[in-house]
Amino acid sequence: MTHVSVTVNGAMREADVEPRTLLVYFLRETLGLTGTNAGCDTSSCGSCTVLLDGESVKSCTMLAAQADGRELTTIEGMAEGDQLHPLQESFRRNHGLQCGYCTPGMIMAAASYLKENPSPSEGDVRLALEGNLCRCTGYQNIVKSILDAAGSMAGAEA
Amino acid sequence: MATTETFIGQPVLRKEDPELLTGHASYIDNWTMPGMLWMALARPPYVHATIDGIDTTEAASMPGVVGVYTATDFDLAPLPFVWPITEEIKVPVHYPLASDKVRFNGDAVAVVLAETREQALDAAEAVAVTATELPAVIDIEEAAKDEVIVHDDLGTNVVVHWSHGGGGDQSVFDSAPVIVQERYVQPRLIPNAIETRGCLAYGVPPVDEWTLVTATQIPHIAKVTLAGTTGIDEHKLRVIAPDVGGGFGSKLNVYAEEALALALARRLRRPVKWIEGRRENYVATTHGRGVLHDCTLAGTEDGTILGMKFVELADMGAYYQLLTPGIPELGGWVYMGPYDPKAYWFEFKGVVTNTTPTDAYRGAGRPEATYVIERLVDSFARRIGKDPADIRRMNLHPPHEDAQTSIMGLNVDSANYEPLLDKALGLVEYDKLRAEQRDRRERGDRTQLGIGLSTYIEMCGLAPSNILGALRYAAGGWDGATIECLPSGHVIVKTGTSPHGQSHETAWAQIVADGLGVSPDEITVLHGDTHSTPLGMDTYGSRSVAVGGVALHFAVEKIKAKARTIAAHELEVAEDDLEWADGAFRVKGAPDTAKTIPELAVSAWHAHALPAEVEPHLNATAVYDPPNFTWPAGAHVCVVEVDTETGATEIVRYVAVDDCGTIINPMIVEGQVHGGVAQGVAEALYEEAMYDESGNLTTSTMTQYLIPSATEIPAMTTDHSQETPSTTNPLGVKGIGEAGTIAAPPAVVNAVIDAVSHLGVTAIEKPASPERVWRAIQEAKGDGRAGASPGSEGGTS
Repeated sequence: MTHVSVTVNGAMREADVEPRTLLVYFLRETLGLTGTNAGCDTSSCGSCTVLLDGESVKSCTMLAAQADGRELTTIEGMAEGDQLHPLQESFRRNHGLQCGYCTPGMIMAAASYLKENPSPSEGDVRLALEGNLCRCTGYQNIVKSILDAAGSMAGAEA
Repeated sequence: MATTETFIGQPVLRKEDPELLTGHASYIDNWTMPGMLWMALARPPYVHATIDGIDTTEAASMPGVVGVYTATDFDLAPLPFVWPITEEIKVPVHYPLASDKVRFNGDAVAVVLAETREQALDAAEAVAVTATELPAVIDIEEAAKDEVIVHDDLGTNVVVHWSHGGGGDQSVFDSAPVIVQERYVQPRLIPNAIETRGCLAYGVPPVDEWTLVTATQIPHIAKVTLAGTTGIDEHKLRVIAPDVGGGFGSKLNVYAEEALALALARRLRRPVKWIEGRRENYVATTHGRGVLHDCTLAGTEDGTILGMKFVELADMGAYYQLLTPGIPELGGWVYMGPYDPKAYWFEFKGVVTNTTPTDAYRGAGRPEATYVIERLVDSFARRIGKDPADIRRMNLHPPHEDAQTSIMGLNVDSANYEPLLDKALGLVEYDKLRAEQRDRRERGDRTQLGIGLSTYIEMCGLAPSNILGALRYAAGGWDGATIECLPSGHVIVKTGTSPHGQSHETAWAQIVADGLGVSPDEITVLHGDTHSTPLGMDTYGSRSVAVGGVALHFAVEKIKAKARTIAAHELEVAEDDLEWADGAFRVKGAPDTAKTIPELAVSAWHAHALPAEVEPHLNATAVYDPPNFTWPAGAHVCVVEVDTETGATEIVRYVAVDDCGTIINPMIVEGQVHGGVAQGVAEALYEEAMYDESGNLTTSTMTQYLIPSATEIPAMTTDHSQETPSTTNPLGVKGIGEAGTIAAPPAVVNAVIDAVSHLGVTAIEKPASPERVWRAIQEAKGDGRAGASPGSEGGTS
């Protein structure tokens, strides 16, 4: 067994796990944070995207052990109490989700990207989402949601 | 509380979203129970083989393994198949586990239970199967030759032949001035719901009651059929569809794993959970399409379509799943498209192969039909040198407000097609694009412009039960709705539909809100649980609003009839003196004297002073069997740029104009169109399930099967301003879930062909990959380079 100690959504969490445990299953099954979904096993769909030290990673492509000592944010950590994160608000406002399965990954990928580029163009957002697949929305309202969130986040900071 | 606001037609934000956005959804893999075991299946690496032995010894001895089971350990009936479409149909027997032969990549021969997910998967790998490999047959035309037989007991691979029987004068197919004959191939597609399948079976052993929580579109149908397969009494079986991460037809089924999980939970008296891996999903969950059509269009030199005839060969896969041969039959009713041919013919043969079973995939038969119709109409236009928009306009069926019997024999509820085409052409600026196309062609530009059209109809609202009966389908097509008005003012709606992204909680609340004069915020919609919402036929075939939504309307009417009686009693007026206005029963001429539904719900609940004949509690159930199908229609235009040097296609504009009848929530309708078009674009340009010569699926993960991302799917312009009400139901609704997937593939492929048609290209098959486009250009040039590959120095010129 391997000891893994991480900060998840601001709280220190630790556990002994099999060395082969993937980060996505460590989050879901060991820590009970089931908001992060697994979709493809090949790092293709991006449903499992979380933030590792603030940057998006696909948690099915990492071992839990590799996250030892680092800071993680999952979809459960995005809202502050009842106050949804601007991305969560904008996905709702713009019908950016249907079945919702890809949504946590989309939001985490977008959160990471908007930190890098706070005022992206539509083309920028589409390119940034290349690693996240959605089968319901045709991406149109996801892209719209992210552009809308970028606007409201910029407004909030101004 | 009561409200005078109206909600139908408004873009009400979704009730579903808060849980989904914050990571609190109830997808099946989020379920866990004390004492739960994990199930994994052993699927040996064969395509077609006789099983000589299955050795489970090593697997059984591995850490955490509780048991390893093969077919002989179970007493299960075959998996359900509910649509024996002809009397003569040959039905392959399909048990949950294979015991004599492996017939496709996904066939399982053993099932493992272990304490953890990983232990179960490891042990499944260790099940040793000895088998004698047989030649496999993958191609449908090869399979139809019967040189390799998939099911020995059937004696042939051609298991079903269904003919529509035709309509009109069939002689036009020989004698018309213009005869266009083409063959179109449509490859297999993998549905790819982002959530794979999965289930959890658990029970209350002392009373032999069992629950299956499963990622399904059809909990109600699953309950009835799984009772048959497992032998659990139907009244002791409960099926729950939790939040489901997409379906697209792939979860419109009843699968081996669901039966096995139930059987094992019952046997071990412990909860049993199974979650499908993605590679497993690609071989063990149904595929779509996999058809080829020989098509004939009879027409005149001036462009009139006289007749359309289609003879199809359809790949069933190695077995039937729930509906398999019914899918091409379903398409068999729309081969006239939105046109008005005087002669009609459709027939198909279903062929079994050593591949994953096919079944419904978004559109189910109608995309296959629409693709070949729209390709054929474009070929006709090219043949006689006319603009494809003009040919469509002159052949569109005339409008009608009432239902009319079509050439294929069913009643089309209402129609008004030409304004849809005009709107689409206007939005895309068709004439301007044609001018630009001419300029580019004259200049000989490397990047050429193509414009593709698709005018379509679809048959939704599945389905009138009497027609389903005539078509030999085992079940009905009705749906149920129960409404309960609680004394708190809250309203509970129980629907028989089972959404998995379609926003029923929101749209159904809008329908009931307008009906009862309450806010959608005060309405909770329950669905997908055979205990709490027992009356239903589930979600598929764009049926939910047109059947389940309409059932709500009738339940509302029943509630209101009862509420009116109570209101009249309390207000001491005759019922006829009351009118429903602004969300309340009001005394005619004295509108401030009124009773709202929440007020009447309190009266009905305490029942202190009800009229003598009125039962306490304000609740009602309606079961609605639609008298007809519904027939949405639309016109889509795709504009592409094709690089004639590389064959690469880019969609530069996409316009979707759809008429789905009355719209409940335009935001949801638009979202359905976006997603449908994206899946259609994927089908047209990227996706294809491919097999090697031995029959192994080579596109076996998402890294090989090209699901487009946001960079490949274009921005779309949608319009749904035309709402031609359905005459089938009082809401006027038709359905929109599949329209995009039906319309888009031919619009895109027609555009690609159009871009290079001046080079002599007349045909490119799906998916129109750069390689296919490049080869088509080289072949049209006839310069002997057809055998070379793009970018190579090859060629003999």
